[in-house]
This record gives sequence, C-alpha cells and structure tokens, in this order.
Amino acid sequence: MTREPLVRVRDLQVEFQLARGVVRAVDGVSFDVEPGEALGLVGESGSGKTVTLRALVGLLPRGAKLVGGTIEVDGVDVTAASDDTQRELRGTTVSMIFQEPMTALNPVMRVGDQIAEEPLVRLGMSRSAAKARALELMALVGIPDPKRRADAYPHELSGGLRQRIMIAIALSGDPKLVLCDEPTTALDVTIQDQILKLLRQLQRELDVSLVFVSHDLAVIAQTCRRLAVMYAGQVVETGPVAEVFREPRHPYTLGLLRAVPDFEIVRDKLASIPGAPPDLASPPPGCRFHPRCPFVQDDCIANAVPLIEVGDHRAARCLHHERVVEDVRREPVIAGG
Amino acid sequence: MSAISGTQAELLVHDSVVEHRRGFRHRWYRTPSFVAGLTILGIVVLAALAAPLITQHGPNDQDLLHTLQGSSSSHWLGTDDLGRDVWSRLVYGARADLHIAFLAVVLPFIIGTLVGLLAGYYGGLTDTFASFFVNIVVAFPFYVLVIALVFALGSGSRNIYIAITIVGWVSYTRIIRGEVLVAKRKDYMLAAKSGGLSDFRILFRHLLPNVITQSVIYACSDIVLDILAIVTLGYLGLGVQPPTPDWGNMIASGQTYLTTHWQLATFPGIAVVFTALGLALLADGLADLLRPE
Repeated sequence: MTREPLVRVRDLQVEFQLARGVVRAVDGVSFDVEPGEALGLVGESGSGKTVTLRALVGLLPRGAKLVGGTIEVDGVDVTAASDDTQRELRGTTVSMIFQEPMTALNPVMRVGDQIAEEPLVRLGMSRSAAKARALELMALVGIPDPKRRADAYPHELSGGLRQRIMIAIALSGDPKLVLCDEPTTALDVTIQDQILKLLRQLQRELDVSLVFVSHDLAVIAQTCRRLAVMYAGQVVETGPVAEVFREPRHPYTLGLLRAVPDFEIVRDKLASIPGAPPDLASPPPGCRFHPRCPFVQDDCIANAVPLIEVGDHRAARCLHHERVVEDVRREPVIAGG
Repeated sequence: MSAISGTQAELLVHDSVVEHRRGFRHRWYRTPSFVAGLTILGIVVLAALAAPLITQHGPNDQDLLHTLQGSSSSHWLGTDDLGRDVWSRLVYGARADLHIAFLAVVLPFIIGTLVGLLAGYYGGLTDTFASFFVNIVVAFPFYVLVIALVFALGSGSRNIYIAITIVGWVSYTRIIRGEVLVAKRKDYMLAAKSGGLSDFRILFRHLLPNVITQSVIYACSDIVLDILAIVTLGYLGLGVQPPTPDWGNMIASGQTYLTTHWQLATFPGIAVVFTALGLALLADGLADLLRPE
C-alpha cells in the first residue's frame, strides 16, 4: 500500500509545432502508477493519450516537444535524463505493446529471434540461454508448440498469435512497466477477449504495472482497476474503474458511458456527445468541455477548471460535478448500478 | 466432439500456412524470368570460365594467312583482320568484361547502401551532406562522367572500377535513402527503439534487412549498365587495352569491315545483348522473389 509509485507524472506538457500554430496535445497531465497496478487511460483520438504514453518511453512522435512537467519512472526523471539513460530504461524497465501486431513486428526477422533479442542484447544472456528464454516466454503467452513457431516469420502467423508474440517481446526484457497502446483494437472480438485475459493474468502473475491506453471503456473495465479519462490534452477524471463507471463525476465521462451500447437496457436517448473535440491550437476558454457540456454554467467559461477532489482517490475537472451525479442517480449508466 | 477453441483454430490455419510456405528455396524455379535469366547468365559465365576448354585457338593467336575468313570447322565464327579466331576472342572477352563488371558493382553497392542507410536514418546534417554529393554526381550524365574520369585517370581495369564506383554509388544511396525514409516510420522501428536497442543494432539488424532487397535488385540491372559502360569505353579505346580481348574493342575494330564481314562486329554485339538480357531477367525474377509479402 505504501510502496513508492513506479511512475510519477507531474504536470506533463507536450506541444506540436505546426504551420498553423502551436498545438498543446498534452496539457498538465499528472498521474501515478503503483508497482503492479494497471492504469487505464481513456479518451477519444487526439485526446493526448498516445502522446502521453510515448512520452513515458521518451519516444515522442516527430514534431512533438516536451515543454514542461516531469516524468519519473522507477526513480529516474526521464525528462531530465540523457538519451543513453533513457535508452537504458527502455526494454528492461519500460516496454511497449503496439496496436498493430502486423506492422510492429519486424517482417524479415524470425519471431523467435525477435523475442530473444532483448535477453541477448540487453540482459547479456548467451545465445542458447536467450533462445531458451524466448521459448519459455512463448509458452507463457499461450503459444502452443513454441519450438516450431519460433522459426516462423510474422506474416505466417495469425493476428492473435502475432499479438501474443508482441506481448512476449514486451516481457522479454523483464520490465516493471508495460505500456499498452490499444493492443486489441486491430483484433477480432473473440481474440481480443483472449488477449485481454492474458494481459490481466500476466500482470498479476509477474507483478508488472500496466498503463493501458484505449478508447474502449469495456476494454479498460476488463483490465484495469483505476482509470484516467482524458479530454483535449487534460485528465478530466480519475478514480477506481468500478466507482467511476457507477457514478461518473465529469460530464464527459458520463457522455462516454452513455455512448456504450448495452444489451441489457435499451436507452431511449441516442447517447452520442454533441459537437466535436476542440481545436487544440486555440482551446476554448475555461473548461475545455463547456461547448459540448449539457451542464454548462457561466462560471465554466470564466476560468480554467482545476482537478477537484471528489472523494476517496477520485478527482474530476468539473465545477458542477454534483449535478452530474444527480443526473446519474436519476438515470443509471450501468444496468443494476 | 470437443469444440475447437480460438487458439486451436489459429493453429490449424497456421499449419496449412506452413505447409504452403514457399521460401526462396522453394519458389525460385517457379519464377520464369528468374530461371531464364539464371540460364542465360549461367551459359555466359560457364563459357567465360571454361574458355580454354571450348576454344581451339588462343584469343591473340594471329594467322595472317587466314584473315577475314567466314565460319569453318576450325574457326566457328571466322577470323578477324589479323586472322585471330573470333569465337576465342568472344569467350575470352566475356572473361574480361564480366570480371570487371562484377567487381565494379560491389564497391558502389556497399558504399551507396551504407551512405543511403545513414542519410535516411539520421536525416538532418548527415542527410544534407550526403545529398549534396549525390546531387553533384547526378548533375552529370552517367557516361560523360565515367568517360571523363577514365580519361583523367587513364585506361585500364583498375581505373574503370574507380570511375564506376565514383559515379555508381549515388543510385544505391538514392534508392536506399528513400526506402529507409519509409521504413523508419514503421511501427517495428518504434518497437525496436522502445526495446532500448542501440542505433547500430537498429540500423543493421532491423533496418538494413528490410531495405537491402532494393539494392540487390538494382545491382542486377547495374551490372548491365556496367557491362555496357565497359564495352562503350572499350569501343572508345578507353577500356580494356588491346590485345586483351574485350567486346567493346572487338566491335570497334570490326566496324571497319561491317559491309563486307558483318560477323566481326555483330557477334560481340549479340553477346552484349544476350548477357544484358540474362541479367535483366534475373533482376526481374529476383524482384518478384524478394518482394516482401
């Protein structure tokens, strides 16, 4: 309980320099990840969740610049560290699982070699030990007959097997933190379920931390205990998944939850959120969600809204979060909730 | 009957994939252009290697009593103006020309690929610097620069390598740089970086194997270009020096007798076309075989 957080992100700010101006893709994001904990980052495309994730490994996309804040991973301040120190962290402390298992595996390298690479190069194992480790990892991620599949090239494997290979690669350097960038989005629903179960099981067994980025609330619910909802480059709500889902405190979270189709209750309102996310080159004044918010008041527009504590381990960036709760109590978002 | 689980189903699919798996080793003989190119090139290379065995006369044996003869059982393709056996000179000429052509392709291949790899991967100043030299070379037509260089350096096979290397590397650099610019945006490069691998390892273990195919394919057509360049230089008197036989100087000296003894210039010409065709087909077949799936 009182363990030091593995990841401590404070007031992270990332900007893109574009021809039409500076776009602040991540604006003041803060969160902690405890050792062995799974944190979900939820948000629409462009909300800054992937950029935040990339900042954690120090591999921001082209044109992006870290302009403020600190990221501590395992006691090392990544933002101040040299390139070499950052590289040292990658693979053996932090690793990453990508969305597209087809493109994230090297097409001309045997998958066994790709898994054995970290143990061989970073952990200093011998060639035979690294190979044995690769087979072990393949068995661990549920690939039957690893010996034969180790010699396959990525294009010879199905999407599900490829994603298992990616997970094996991510685990091959014995990391403490695995970053997952929508790892199941490109997969069939049935395979998606298998992969999510595998990730959750591995996270518990190996006691690694996960940061799980997704736009899919159901996926987050299946894998994470705690989540942070991002909107327009900011965290708008954080808290334990079960509580946030039962009683969201931010109108954006509520909107997302109402937009999830549900077999058990047929909603009368078609629950999409009106409008579109703001242009981050010139974000709206005050609360960034106010142009789309059904609860908007004058004070929402006047000043920027800070994250407000709204209970045990919960915070929301909304001045009128009680009214959101009232709305939820009138019409629960989760059947039986 | 137990239901087949998702993973089992995947495995069944995978098994069939493995059965139908056709690596390079299993596919090359099904690629017509590759087989044709290999056959043609094989014939030329074998003839060049076995030159002493398949000729009855030395390439420089003069027989001034029997000059400019037509084909006969002792001189299959006749003799030239000095009574030398045309067939012998053709076969020995293949030796000289192929030898220079293959060597002249190796250095540009290595230098060009390496420079393209570094320029594409690092970008910035490295790229600007490399592109500067590429643009200088590209500004001149290929033959103008090669001929000027050989003229300045003096003829002879060593200077031909040097001239072709100085001019030839830019094509590899341009091809590889372009390939790298595409490949380095791929997720697997980001994945390799997120594994904390060194630049050296990323460059040579992850990036190079993904782009080198293009260099290999280009090298095959580059040899054709080199053979033509060597023959052209020989024709202009700047290439392999007489009396060493070379297709270029054979065409040049046979030209004088074109109206009366057409075979003197025509057979070396056909040899050039035949070899070039073989290499072009080989390049085409290789491109099909090596193209990533």
